[in-house]
This record gives sequence, C-alpha cells and structure tokens, in this order.
Amino acid sequence: MLTLEGVDAGYGRVQVLRGLSFEARAGEVTCVMGRNGAGKTTMLRAIMGQVAVTSGRIRLDGAALEGLAPHRIPQLGIGHVPQGRRLFGPLTVAENLEIGLMTRGRGSRTRERVLELFPRLRERLDQAASTLSGGEQQMLAIGRALCLEPKLLLLDEPTEGLQPSMIALIRDTVRRLRGMGVAVVLVEQRIEAVLDLADRVAFVETGRVALTLPAADLSPAAPQFARYVGV
Amino acid sequence: MRMLALHLAVLAGVAALQFVLPAYHHTNAARILVLATYAIGFNIAFGYTGLLSLGHALFFAGGMYATGLLVDQGGWQPWAALLAGPAAGGVLAAGVGLLALRTAGPAFMIVTLMFAQAFHLAILYWGRFTGGDEGFTLSGAARRLGPFDLADPATRYGAAFLLFAAAMLGCLALVRSRTGRVLIAVRENEERTRMLGYDPFRAKLLALVLSGLLSGAAGATYGLMFGYVGGSFAAIQYSILPLIWVLLGGAGTVLGPLLGTALLFYLIDWASSVTTASQFVVGAVLILLVLFAPRGLLGLLRERGLRSLP
Repeated sequence: MLTLEGVDAGYGRVQVLRGLSFEARAGEVTCVMGRNGAGKTTMLRAIMGQVAVTSGRIRLDGAALEGLAPHRIPQLGIGHVPQGRRLFGPLTVAENLEIGLMTRGRGSRTRERVLELFPRLRERLDQAASTLSGGEQQMLAIGRALCLEPKLLLLDEPTEGLQPSMIALIRDTVRRLRGMGVAVVLVEQRIEAVLDLADRVAFVETGRVALTLPAADLSPAAPQFARYVGV
Repeated sequence: MRMLALHLAVLAGVAALQFVLPAYHHTNAARILVLATYAIGFNIAFGYTGLLSLGHALFFAGGMYATGLLVDQGGWQPWAALLAGPAAGGVLAAGVGLLALRTAGPAFMIVTLMFAQAFHLAILYWGRFTGGDEGFTLSGAARRLGPFDLADPATRYGAAFLLFAAAMLGCLALVRSRTGRVLIAVRENEERTRMLGYDPFRAKLLALVLSGLLSGAAGATYGLMFGYVGGSFAAIQYSILPLIWVLLGGAGTVLGPLLGTALLFYLIDWASSVTTASQFVVGAVLILLVLFAPRGLLGLLRERGLRSLP
C-alpha cells in the first residue's frame, strides 16, 4: 500500500527525517511511536507533500508521491487528520463534510456512511464547527477525512485531550476502518491505545524508523517503550 | 430561504428609496450603490478569501478607463464599452494575481499596491491620452445606452440599482455555493484546504478575478453615470476606501459592503458639514469601530445571534 524508502526530509536547512523507511499495509493499523521531535509528525507531513523530500522514495500502490503537487496527494485517496484538528470554524458541520466530499466527487452515500460512524455529527449538521466540543471536533476532522473515501488514513494523535468516552469511540472507528480494508497510520503516545489497536508498531528515533514489531510481541512493560518513547 | 428573503427585502427597500429621496440624496444613493458594488468585489477577495489587496484601485480605475477611453476616443458604442469595463478589471486581476499570489500576507499587500501605483503613474505619464490628473469628461452621447440616458437621475438610479442587485445576488449565490465554501476554507486554513485536495492558488486566483471583474464593472458604470473619468480613482485612496467600507459593514458578509459604504459616505458628508477637521471625526469613529466591533457591524450582529447571516 504505502512505502517510504530512505526518505530525507526537513524544514529548510533543518533535516528531520534521515533515511526513514516505513511501510503501511491495507487492512492494518500501524502505530508510530517515538519521543517528541523524533520525526513522527514530519513523516506524515512528508507523505502529504507538506515538507520537502530531498531524497528517497514514497510510493502509494507503486505510484510516486514525492514531487507531486501537495493538493494532488489527497486526490489519490489519502486522508490526513493532523494534530489540532484544524477545522473550518465558521462553516457548519455539513459544509465541512461537503468540502471533503467534493474533492473526489463523492456524494450522499459517503456522507451517510460518515454520519453512521459518528451519529453525533448528524445532530449538529447546521452548527458552526467552531462551536463543537473537542470530541465532536475530532469526530468532524476524522469524518471530513473519511469523506475522501481514503484507502490510507493518517491520524496524528487523534485522542489527545479527549475524554474517555470519545477516546473509545475513536478507537472503535479505527477498528471499523481496518475492517473495511483501510490502511491506518496512527501516531500515538499512549501504550494502552497502541496495544489495543495496532497490528504493527514502528518506533521512530532521530528521524528514522529504528524498529518495527508486531503489536502482539509487545506488552505494556516491553523495554522498547522505555527505550524509544521514554515511558 | 430566510436569508434569501432578507436579501431580497433589502433590495426591495433600496429600489423603493428612489421614490422618496430628495434630489441630493437620490444622487448620493446612486453613487453609494455603485461604490457598494466595488466593495462587494473587494469583499470577495478580502472578506471571503482572506486576500488583503491594497491595489484594488487598479481594477476599479482599469474598468473606468477601459470604458471611458473606448467610448470617448475609440468610437465604441457605450453598451460595448460598458462591457469592456468588467472585462478589463478581470483581465488585470488575472495578470496581477498570477504574479502577486505567489506571495502572501504583507508581501501580497505591497505587490498589489505597487501594481496599482504603477497604473496610477502610467495614467499621469500618458496624460495626452488619459487626461492625466484632471481626467476627461464624457459627452452626453457617450452616456446614452440605447434609449437609456444615464444623465437622467431616475435612469442613473435604475442602472446603479441593477448593477448592485446583480452583484449582491451573485455574491450571495457564490458564497452559498461549493466554490464559495472552498474560498472560505482557504481563508480559514490554506494548508488544510490543500490537504483536502484543493489547489489554493487556483481558488485565490478565481476569487481575485471575480473581484476584479466586479470592481471593473463598478468603475465603468461610475464613469458613464457621472460622465467623468479621472486619475484620482486610480490613487491609493480608492484602494483603501473599499477596505474601510468592508471593515465597517462586516467583512465576509453579503450586506456588509452596502452598509459600510453608506455609513462612511454619510459620515464623511456629515462631518465635513460641521467641521473642517472632518477626517479627525471619521478617524475617531473608525477607532471606536475597531475597539467595539472589530468584525464590523454585521459581523457583530452575526456574533450576537444571527449566525446564519451569509
């Protein structure tokens, strides 16, 4: 599905990713863990074309992503939910979803599917996005990305700052997406969430993936968490 | 539907005004309607797309000069020349946009300002054709659109109303459309809009061209209505005025430009009748506005409950 091979990327002269290699597979949740500044978010931004890739290859089903205009990348079926949600505050829930739907020419069936995943959004369709609670905003951010009908979904710490019931809902959504064959890349810092959801865990250290393990091989007390995440 | 009814009611009120206004205010109202059309154009770029241009006088005066020169010196029929106004505004906006939209924020403001200043200086330099600073007047024949004589106050009001109504309803349709939502999305978060698969450059260029087209239409109509084409319309003042009109009425609202233009027009009119320091009074009012209604009057109304106001 998605492969990164020897990717170097960064911001101006500051190189963040150093020969990073990574793989995400259809119908799997791959969690990405690492200390602050290790390059997790930059990896997602490099996939989305938001930071300059100076060398290496990024492929989605064999098609090159590096060098594509950034707005072309979502059109290939990649949804990205960044940290901080970044909704269009003055627009209503319905309008936020519509902007996602328009990108790939999706219609009411896709919207219905999203609203089935997040029934709370249906009750808020005419409400401005800025007036939603934190959990509802996260639902909308994920829902808007799902309007693209992505085959690959990138989630950057989606449960950060949310109450337990919302966290459970988002985890359940991730499981359902996996069941639908979507490849999910989840940047996450909570060990219990990683062990609950992940099929594989990639540990990022100083701009490269230092280790990838099946989640089944990890326990809450696994030394890799202390070594690469510091918890 | 409720919002459409509100906007149609405002238009009906504006149309009815011409029958009750005394002559002085009748002419003022026609002038305000055309200037409000210019403000609607500016609002599409600034209020809805977040493009703060300081060079919109280029599009307004570009439309005015295109129409004025073609009808006065090119021998064009007024109808045809009138159509050349918005075309000129749109083409100028496309040219400026292709270059200026490679910048953002303060750099965009400065680049657009420089284009407008260059145009203003060009008008002064080629005064043999443009009339320079003094401009030129249009003959009675040049202001006659078939059977409609724009020198006649009632016809003039009708023309101004038609232009304004078309601009306002067009703007309402735009901001309620999918394209309009993308423009608002670009204003709110350009990077996120790109990550949803849209090209912000194209969206901003479209907004700027529509804005230039409306500004050019307003400039062309203004020239024909009042029979005068002058260099002062290309000066920086005419780039700042639409910004103040829109800020006063409410950026990103369809009715804000009309409200802001009318209020500022009459504020200046009133202040200059009571004191020679009228600019001081106007400045004080604008400071109060920034302090108490930074989103403009209709922006304040939207914050205070009328959330669905487009």
